[in-house]
Amino acid sequence: MAKETIRVEITLESNLKHVELIEVIAQTVAKQCGFGEDGLHEILMAVHECAINAICHGNKEDLQKQVGLSLSVHPDRLEIRVRDQGKSFNPNDVPDPLDKENLMKPAGRGILLIQAFMDEFRVGRCENWGNEVIMTKRLPSPSQPEKGGVGREHQ
Amino acid sequence: MSINSTTKKVDSVTVIGLSGKITIGEECKHLRETIRGQLSEGTKSILLNLGDISYIDSTGIGELVSSFTSVSRQGGQLKLLNLTKKVHDLLQITKLVTVFDIFEDEAKAVKSFGSTQA
Repeated sequence: MAKETIRVEITLESNLKHVELIEVIAQTVAKQCGFGEDGLHEILMAVHECAINAICHGNKEDLQKQVGLSLSVHPDRLEIRVRDQGKSFNPNDVPDPLDKENLMKPAGRGILLIQAFMDEFRVGRCENWGNEVIMTKRLPSPSQPEKGGVGREHQ
Repeated sequence: MSINSTTKKVDSVTVIGLSGKITIGEECKHLRETIRGQLSEGTKSILLNLGDISYIDSTGIGELVSSFTSVSRQGGQLKLLNLTKKVHDLLQITKLVTVFDIFEDEAKAVKSFGSTQA
């Protein structure tokens, strides 16, 4: 098992005003990993959507609750975890926003975007917290320059 | 707030130029109120210029969809102009490229509304 080299963790009040800080931290770590402009944008989008989900849907905008961010840099990937203190959430229960009957709905696209921008996305329960979203993105390889495209699964 | 808008009239079409971000909170509210304001003035043909929009989140995409629906319900049309690659990618991922009329040229976009609408 490859050794983890960097780990950053922060816990914040569950407040939408902190989303920007969460984004800045994630982007700073991602930059250290060598991601280019496209990769940084994709990570920013995924972390943004995840933080919004945690604060608005998980914690129901309750300022007494907390949201947690954890970033781990592995030799081959960046792993990002976002935690809330909400009730159990199953992403499979979210209606497919690409279905014809959902296409014009004003909400429900956050997970679709996260899945499009990250290599791995899963949701579990975290002890002493609630939901924990785990997202990973492979680090750009010097021999394989980062591709600019997005939406790999949807092209 | 990280969004600004300008409005101009080109023939019978109201061109709204947006710059900044369309994200959850005040930015989405700004877009909603701008569209609402135009509809209350009887505007039926709206062209949203997104050329200076750097970032749209899922809430912002939802706001664009809601704007489209609101304008359509009033018998009008809302079309998009000058999408950046990032914004175009988002509309592709969400399949909304099949919903919105998207243009790269303002004159062509204006012409596409025809002359029947105010």
